[in-house]
Amino acid sequence: MPILSLSRVTMRFGGLVAVNELDLAIEKSQLYGLIGPNGAGKTTVFNVITGVYTPTSGGITFESASIEGERCGRITRRGIARTFQNIRLFSEMSVLDNVKVAFDCRQATTLTTAVLRTPKHRAEEARVDAESRELLKIFKLDHLADERAKNLPYGSQRRLEIARAMATAPRLLLLDEPAAGMNPHESNELMDLIRWVRDHFGMAVLLVEHNMKVVMGICEKVHVLDYGSTIAIGPPAEIQKNPKVIEAYLGGA
Amino acid sequence: MKGLAVAAGLVAILFVANGLLSGSLIGGVSISPYFLQVICLAGINITLAVSLNLINGFTGQFSIGHAGFMAIGAYSSAYFTVTFGDRLRAPLSFLPEFGQQGVLLLVGLAIAAVLAAIAGFIVGVPSLRLRGDYLAIVTLGFGEIIRVSILNIDAVGGARGFSGIPRLANFFWIYLFAAATILVVYRVVHSSFGRTLVAIREDEIAAEAMGVHTTRAKVISFVVSSAMAGIAGGLFAHFLMYINPNSFTFLKSFEIIIMIVIGGLGSITGSVLGAVLFISLTEGLREFAQYRMILFSLLLIVIMIVRPQGILGHREFVTFLTRRRRSIGEAPGTTGNN
Repeated sequence: MPILSLSRVTMRFGGLVAVNELDLAIEKSQLYGLIGPNGAGKTTVFNVITGVYTPTSGGITFESASIEGERCGRITRRGIARTFQNIRLFSEMSVLDNVKVAFDCRQATTLTTAVLRTPKHRAEEARVDAESRELLKIFKLDHLADERAKNLPYGSQRRLEIARAMATAPRLLLLDEPAAGMNPHESNELMDLIRWVRDHFGMAVLLVEHNMKVVMGICEKVHVLDYGSTIAIGPPAEIQKNPKVIEAYLGGA
Repeated sequence: MKGLAVAAGLVAILFVANGLLSGSLIGGVSISPYFLQVICLAGINITLAVSLNLINGFTGQFSIGHAGFMAIGAYSSAYFTVTFGDRLRAPLSFLPEFGQQGVLLLVGLAIAAVLAAIAGFIVGVPSLRLRGDYLAIVTLGFGEIIRVSILNIDAVGGARGFSGIPRLANFFWIYLFAAATILVVYRVVHSSFGRTLVAIREDEIAAEAMGVHTTRAKVISFVVSSAMAGIAGGLFAHFLMYINPNSFTFLKSFEIIIMIVIGGLGSITGSVLGAVLFISLTEGLREFAQYRMILFSLLLIVIMIVRPQGILGHREFVTFLTRRRRSIGEAPGTTGNN
């Protein structure tokens, strides 16, 4: 039973078919790679899964519940978290607060308890603080906890985005080009981190990435899109040899 | 328990200060009534500015109809105390005079807050579901609708204004509510809910993707802000004893915006500073009344060029000072790279 499955999902923008009758199934704690040339519809798939767009047709099932057309925030609370291709941190907030915000979706405090500062509210705040710092330690950001997010170097901002997504306690994590703009050393570290996080928290990962070294290095299954349609699905070694994939990337001879 | 002690201390200080300033505590010791009035209006402006900052500064949703909510509070509470004041006082006759007045004022302010909050909810729900500047447009229109409606309600005097309101508010009540507003906004902002508000200001799409119910958070913030504006309006009416629809034009809304922009959007102490600065300038420049708005425009332009984030920026006064000190001691190039 896959944790997430898309069946015949189509997303049209006017005359443009960005995603065409896509079928996709991710198993529990699987590392699933989604690749394709520029404009193949990878980010659109992300936006359809996370509720930014409502698919034109087709169904999306997460943990046997149908989620297509639901609001973004609700899908996150169901257990799907994401990062963004162009980093979207809360730049004026501290690193610690960035993570805390993501914890809030699971928190039981209200406005009245906040104004009255009830003991329960304080306990909850202390718990969130401790758990957020714990998470930052895992992502080696604990020494930067009080720094503003915008002052972080690029690689750390990428890591913080993943840490923030993890704070929502997802069963499925969507990473949109996490290695973009990283140097080879940083992307190696990122690969170890993604693998470690998956093993440690046991969630499934859907990875969109242009860096083939990262995709082929960590993904258990790779899905290749071109012009919104699937052209190949399989283990990395097979995909690398697939003539259709080579043609899509390099052009026909 | 510590909180209660602090609150009791504050009430006592305000009470004594009120007595000293008005001359009722020690005969002959007082300040001029004009000066006292300026101080009290500054207190009302502090309430207005801090409450507007909750929605404009911290949540990042631009509301430009704060005077409308103030008008609702002013007129509803004044109508209540004028019409039902005596009936409410009768069963309270065992209380001393200031006790009766206090109860009456508190009930009036509660009505003001509830009605302003309801209005905020009605305005906020449709316009805050969208991203962008819709709230600004809707609130601008809303403020005018309220003013024109009042202008045509004869029961509250219409264009003649509403007079004969009992003087129930004084320095004590005004600053008690200013302090309460600051406390509530401070606690809201420094809570998990406040973090989601700032996250919405920083990046609404990312906030939604982190599981924040953005519409709900924005509406709550707007309703709380509106209720506080209603209270400020109630205090305003019961302090000046006369209100007129022309006190609540969109110029009044802009005055409050100027206060928070000068002080710093997203800074509570900045709003207090902005409110005090604004009223000091208005009163200090009374002789040049016709040039006042020109001076304010110039001031605003200068601030936008020199310090677009306002005097205190996003920071509070205390951290503003400590940050300064720390950044001097740091090696060059290690501080902010915006």
